[in-house]
Amino acid sequence: MSAPDRKTPLDPSELPKDGVAKFDAELAHVLKRFPEDKKAAAMIPALRIGQEIFGYVSTAVQKLAADRLGTSPARAEEVATFYVMLDNEPVGRHIVEVCTNVSCCLTGGERIFEHLKKKLGVENKGTSADGRVTLREVECLGACGTAPAMLVDEEQHERLSVEKAEEIVGGLK
Amino acid sequence: MSETLILTKRWGKKDSATLASYRADGGYEALAKALATSPAEIVEEVKRSNLRGRGGAGFATGLKWTFLPKDVRPRYLCVNADESEPGTFKDRYIIEHDPHMMLEGIAITCFALDIHLAYIYIRGEFRRQAEILEKAIAEASAAGILGAKLGGKAGFELQVHVHRGAGAYICGEESALMESLEGKKGYPRIKPPFPAVVGLWGKPTIINNVETIANIPWIVQNGGAAFAALGTGKSGGTRLFGVSGHVKRPGIYEKPVHYNLKRLIMEDCGGTASGRPIKAVIPGGSSSPVLRGDEIDVSLEFDAIKAAGSMSGSGGVIVMDDSVCVVRVLARIAKFYAEESCGQCTPCREGTSWMEGIVEKIEHGHAAAGDVDKLEQVANSIAGMTICALGDAAAMPVQSFVRKFKADFLAHVEARGCPVGERGWGVLQESREAVVGGIRY
Repeated sequence: MSAPDRKTPLDPSELPKDGVAKFDAELAHVLKRFPEDKKAAAMIPALRIGQEIFGYVSTAVQKLAADRLGTSPARAEEVATFYVMLDNEPVGRHIVEVCTNVSCCLTGGERIFEHLKKKLGVENKGTSADGRVTLREVECLGACGTAPAMLVDEEQHERLSVEKAEEIVGGLK
Repeated sequence: MSETLILTKRWGKKDSATLASYRADGGYEALAKALATSPAEIVEEVKRSNLRGRGGAGFATGLKWTFLPKDVRPRYLCVNADESEPGTFKDRYIIEHDPHMMLEGIAITCFALDIHLAYIYIRGEFRRQAEILEKAIAEASAAGILGAKLGGKAGFELQVHVHRGAGAYICGEESALMESLEGKKGYPRIKPPFPAVVGLWGKPTIINNVETIANIPWIVQNGGAAFAALGTGKSGGTRLFGVSGHVKRPGIYEKPVHYNLKRLIMEDCGGTASGRPIKAVIPGGSSSPVLRGDEIDVSLEFDAIKAAGSMSGSGGVIVMDDSVCVVRVLARIAKFYAEESCGQCTPCREGTSWMEGIVEKIEHGHAAAGDVDKLEQVANSIAGMTICALGDAAAMPVQSFVRKFKADFLAHVEARGCPVGERGWGVLQESREAVVGGIRY
């Protein structure tokens, strides 16, 4: 592990105050789903809320979530680094995730992924120079009958062609 | 004889996901019927139906329910909507087209098993489907179906919540699902104890797949015997088969549980889109052993297809015509398991990456004939050696692809490269780079 980039907030006190207030408000809503003594169960939703508000799950966000859920920062880090939909580093304004699993590849998924890589000038998990798009190769999206598929900011796009995928990604601001 | 449709009969209707539409078609009548009988009778009916888990394992649902210890409370229900097995895409459509059918199934199950808190664990990528479920729960709660008084029954509270995962195939494994729901990484637990005894937060927990639960209202309404009669032997009902890949009409087909695989592909799906012969079929999601094109005249019933050397798993059928390079397909499958291994058990953590590396080595023409044997050896050393079934799931495709298509693997060794080429899959083999464990192929 390299030394953490000091641009990365390490402590919740470094996070914007209004963001933290918003985090607490949204978390309170989520906590209603769990028995009162099982607050730690809300770790995935808490980190997801943090990611939406602060852009990614930094160390500070992990500590904030752990503090609010009455559990250890290690627990937050374990979750933040295990699940692929939780970003541990800054990402582009949009996230494009292309499935290249078997059913998608049988209908051209890899071709789409390779084309988008070239168009955006990035490798897998890379962000375009203008900060617009982060591109990822992902596993099966559960759209095999309507393959090939991709997610754009968690929205499903199915029955794609190279042209259609390029148009969708090109239209992102 | 017209085919009985249970799960798909309302798909495609206007506003089929709304409570009003569901009720207009007789929705929640099964719940009312259930509430008027005793919980024990419902469990008996489900046992009689021969309903078997639709998530992949095919375990008898009614039997699973009876594993709950008699006097431990609270009990929980988790509905597994983590649908992530490559080739599987059925549960999302139940949620999209008929979420109330599933909610009614949850309501009846909870009443039958004295459960007052249920979670629907849905994979993180299904954001839209999670929203549909939340909307349906809100509708049912506002109508007094869910909440303080289940179906209007005083003294029976039921809360149902949606819990979104965040991208991890392993969380479809039931014990990893519970770990994840408890707010941890998805490490499967050692079994026994099974979840029905020690589950979520250490309490007895029933985990059923979306499709399994969605069948419950029909069983209560029409009787377990009628459900059993739709199937054969120890497998009752219809099930959803999702066909994808090189077929003319991919999609979801609701068929009797013992439907013939060849008929499904050749008649219902119209055969291959190219008209070319079928090279290979994966009959039940990527972890099920592959079948050669000449082996597909089999029943998809759990036990029948097991006897034929494969499994109908999650009902995800992937069809490949003879333009495909089976080594390349296996390389992609191997990559999937290497990516998704949670890392807890050494044979799986290390072995999945080894297998991926060796398959890529073969595909790129750097392998010797001994590497093909090595590949099998590694697979054999993973199978049965891990805490959860992911190890087996990773080993089975490798073992079966090598066994059934050995000539193709050896042809790669002989030709020092892929003799098939691109053929519509993606980029040309020559320009495709694979990096596995720091080694570039």
